Amino acid sequence: MSAALVEIQEVSKSYRRGSQTIPVLQGITLLVPPGEFLALMGPSGSGKTTLLNLIAGIDKPDSGGIVVSGTDIVSLSESQLAAWRARHIGFVFQFYNLMPVLTAYENVELPLLLTSLSRQERKKHVETALDIVGLADRMQHYPNQLSGGQEQRVAIARAVVTDPTLIVADEPTGDLDKESAGEILTLLERLNSEFEKTIIMVTHDPRAADQAHVTRHFDKGVLEELNRDASSAD
Amino acid sequence: MKILKLILKNSLRHKLRSLLTAVGIAMAILAFGLLRTIIDAYFFGVEASSDTRLITRNAVSLTFPLPLAYKDKIAEIPGVSNVSYGNWFGATYIDPKNFFAQFAVEPESFLQLYPEFIIPPDEKEAFLRERNSCIVGRKLADKHGWKVGDTFRLTGTIFPGDWDFVIRGIYDGRDKATDETTMYFHWQYVDERMNATSPGRAGQVGVYYIAVEDANAVAGVSAAVDATFDNSQDETKTETEKEFQLSFVSMVGTIVTSVRIISVVVIAIILLVMANTMAMTARERISEYAVLKTLGFMPKHLVGLIFGESTAIALAGGLLGIGITLMAVKRFGIFLTENLGSFFPVFEISATTITLATVAAVSVGVIAAIFPAIRAVKMPIADGLRQID
Ligand SMILES: Nc1ncnc2c1ncn2[C@@H]1O[C@H](COP(=O)(O)OP(=O)(O)OP(=O)(O)O)[C@@H](O)[C@H]1O
Ligand SMILES: [Mg+2]
Repeated sequence: MSAALVEIQEVSKSYRRGSQTIPVLQGITLLVPPGEFLALMGPSGSGKTTLLNLIAGIDKPDSGGIVVSGTDIVSLSESQLAAWRARHIGFVFQFYNLMPVLTAYENVELPLLLTSLSRQERKKHVETALDIVGLADRMQHYPNQLSGGQEQRVAIARAVVTDPTLIVADEPTGDLDKESAGEILTLLERLNSEFEKTIIMVTHDPRAADQAHVTRHFDKGVLEELNRDASSAD
Repeated sequence: MKILKLILKNSLRHKLRSLLTAVGIAMAILAFGLLRTIIDAYFFGVEASSDTRLITRNAVSLTFPLPLAYKDKIAEIPGVSNVSYGNWFGATYIDPKNFFAQFAVEPESFLQLYPEFIIPPDEKEAFLRERNSCIVGRKLADKHGWKVGDTFRLTGTIFPGDWDFVIRGIYDGRDKATDETTMYFHWQYVDERMNATSPGRAGQVGVYYIAVEDANAVAGVSAAVDATFDNSQDETKTETEKEFQLSFVSMVGTIVTSVRIISVVVIAIILLVMANTMAMTARERISEYAVLKTLGFMPKHLVGLIFGESTAIALAGGLLGIGITLMAVKRFGIFLTENLGSFFPVFEISATTITLATVAAVSVGVIAAIFPAIRAVKMPIADGLRQID
């Protein structure tokens, strides 16, 4: 376990609301090995999103260290972080967060515009990603012409199109019906097993947690002890 | 797909809002363009006036006459090459609303002094020969359907009675700015009637027109004329034609200043309209901007998106406004030169006005985007993402 992909050491984070300081994370330590599919569970307000944001480099801890794939991301500047996120992190949000004015194809192409890929190369990547999520026939559809489940699959295609080191997903099935949620979980599982993507997923849904290899429970800013799912092997 | 396409798609996102904003800007640019064009037109006549011609009038006021005897004295002043004189006639043609300028002038010297009135030699000949004949400008003739040989009657106000005229010539302006809406006729015609009816008003001249040999001598000649009549019964005031015209323009100087201020206010109003649109837009897009930042887009990209969208809408409105202004100026211009040609000989939108309108529209777009752009760039990603919930 020395070669963890994500190394979180004694991370604390609190928010200030007026004169009050609200501690959200208190000395979290977490190691995520490469190829892991980790589910983070816990009550609302326990700090799951906050932790995910820290791992993905869109927020900074008050103290503690975060090393992802050998990079100490706490010490990176804003613009370095932006470039780092573009290369290493794929994001999946609860509300999909697609650009409504762009087609499925254009939404997936968006992160590639920051790379030096040619138009032709981008096309190949976008088509592959949409093919993986099973939406090759919906490329020219706009988000409002897709179902919630389809929108989330486009979002997953957008997250994987740059071939990131790590995929972070914040309640990816939180806004979906059972059936669509099942499809999304199957897809994430496939990304993990077939494409060997490391995934950290926050969820409220016990079924979603079942799909993951490991589930960690969160409460009041503290992680509970490791509780490795017996069915998954290393 | 390019950033430009995203800008375009974003601008068309709320079609009605963007349309209303653009139309608002277009209307403001129309107002701006028209106001500026009116000011330009007002000063155009002044620009066209000569500064090698002098105009001498009674020092007390334009309404006080000068004696005809001054003509020979002025002609003797060194540097003066020609002298003519005339009176504002101010009579009515059928109805006061038919207003046009009429001058009783000494015809031969007057036409020598004003070569910008182009008149065929045979018509000129006929005009000079006949005591009760007149010449009229092309636009004035067109307006009343007058042809050479037509007769008409004016009802005098300053010089009472009925005055019959026969048109012996129609003049064209040499330059675009030359007035073509005025009537000129024989000073003698008026003076003879005055001699007979009210001898006290005979031999009087409203203004003298003086041609100066050398443009550099203008100031000296002007001073010499006034010095000649110092301490005489009627002292004179001599100015270049341009100064003379400007003294009319400056009478309405406050109006011109107000019009200028209004045109600036109009621009300020569209700035508020545009800023409001952009603020609404930016508020709605906070989570989208957060997603873009999450994906690794830099502040410069967001700034490009926001400024691009803002200037695209503002520029669309600006160009629409300039288009409408061009059409409006054309139609309004026809009306003005037909009806008030002596004040607005030329009514055309200037290149400066078009440039200023474009610059104003673009600046409005840019300025309206400043605060939304700063806000989008400064907003922490985590806060921006949280806005969706
Ligand atoms: N920007 C912020 N400013 C102030 N307080 C914040 C901010 N972000 C989060 N918090 C607070 O931190 C705590 C943890 O928030 P977080 O979103 O991480 O919880 P969560 O576990 O993801 O909850 P949920 O399951 O509802 O998504 C909450 O009490 C929240 O109100
Ligand atoms: Mg959360």
